[in-house]
Amino acid sequence: MNATEGKNEIITITAAELPIRAMEMKEKGLRLSQACAAWVKKESKLELLYSFVDDTTYDAFTYRVSLEEAERDSEVASISGIFPYAAFYENEMRELFGANIKVIDPDFHNKLYRIKEETPFVPKKKEEA
Amino acid sequence: MGKRSVIPYGPQHPVLPEPIHLDLVIEDEKIVEAIPSIGFIHRGLEKLTEKRDFNQMAYVAERICGICSFGHGYGYCEAVEHVMNVEVPDRAKFLRTIWFELSRLHSHLLWAGLMADAFGFENLFYQCWRVREKVLDAIELTTGGRVIFSVNKVGGVLKDITPEMQKMILETVDFVEKETKSLQKTFMNDYSVQSRMKGVGILTKEQAHAFGCAGPFARASGIATDMRMRGYAAYGEIDMEPITSDDCDCYARCDVRIREIFQSIDIIRQAISKIPEGEIAAAVKGNPDGEYFMRIEQPRGEADYYIRGNGTPNLDRMRVRTPTFANLAGLCETLKGADYADVGILVVTIDPCISCTER
Repeated sequence: MNATEGKNEIITITAAELPIRAMEMKEKGLRLSQACAAWVKKESKLELLYSFVDDTTYDAFTYRVSLEEAERDSEVASISGIFPYAAFYENEMRELFGANIKVIDPDFHNKLYRIKEETPFVPKKKEEA
Repeated sequence: MGKRSVIPYGPQHPVLPEPIHLDLVIEDEKIVEAIPSIGFIHRGLEKLTEKRDFNQMAYVAERICGICSFGHGYGYCEAVEHVMNVEVPDRAKFLRTIWFELSRLHSHLLWAGLMADAFGFENLFYQCWRVREKVLDAIELTTGGRVIFSVNKVGGVLKDITPEMQKMILETVDFVEKETKSLQKTFMNDYSVQSRMKGVGILTKEQAHAFGCAGPFARASGIATDMRMRGYAAYGEIDMEPITSDDCDCYARCDVRIREIFQSIDIIRQAISKIPEGEIAAAVKGNPDGEYFMRIEQPRGEADYYIRGNGTPNLDRMRVRTPTFANLAGLCETLKGADYADVGILVVTIDPCISCTER
């Protein structure tokens, strides 16, 4: 078999660039494979990762929006207008990690998961703690 | 325009194998819109990385789902191996491939049974699960478990498959092949089965792409994508092509999954004929420090694993994106315009696993 491993790149971008990159990926025919948030404990920063994949070449490009402690609450535009199914991922990122993603459609208002514990699970900001 | 009403569907419903809730907007028994909601069984398994070290997390990953358990354990381990630059022995790669395909066999046969049950063909349901039982026996003999195999570890596998076991696996797949041919005739040719599935739940290739669908659900809409083509584990040594259909309906999804059963049998035979001698695990030193984005083909479709290590035994992040999570949007699209009576079949047609989805 001719295995096609494909590229697997993780690229750091700014929050403002995210919709532009998402639109580029859509125009190239790539699919949003997943989106998730990660709390980087050592550096106290929140990262949002959006992965786009090509179903023909198996290339994968993951765009990372890195939000330092001070800018954790800054607004990030939802890409659910570009990739409608991004809404589930973005609802999860906001509910569990506190990412301030704006205009998610549909918006589950932090009730995607029916859990009793208070969310988000990431530590409170230093000035709030 | 008829009067619109909203019918809540699930999370508890006789046809639903898993707890998903749908608000169905109905007009004259035709569905106008389906609004999904999940969240009944979120267990926070990803958050357990804070309490369990990266070796223990292999067993947590397996418990994400009772059907795709092997795949989750494998996907997690390989992602960590990439972060730690661990070279897994070739024999372990082949062993993983054999177990992965046995896992796919039992998952697809389980789905076939649930599908038969959904359209009310009880006898066919029992026959599918009878055949599946033999696959579980082979898994139990080689791993010791029927649902949770616990053979994957970071660096390789914990158990070997002896020549006697290989012979038994080959006998099992011979049996499964013979029986599945018989099941295939019923699924594909029976009048009542066709009347429930042909032309029902159309999802075109363009729609499947636009809604980010994965796995057999996407392949049945003509998208030739299969992560096994990336050549992870021993798939790079195996001859295979993605199985697709252009019919885009429930019948096509059934057809693709049944042909994938034969494909898995072929892969198992190839893997057993090519398996090299050697070690089954490599030594692993230190802690993961770095990140990796891994994609594999689970029985239900593409699954993604993102691992981020920080140099300590506890990972900063283990993210698992399961195939059902990707297929929910596509499911809602297929429901639009469908008859209310077909909802059960349409939900089962994506092979939903909400336990996976919610983790």
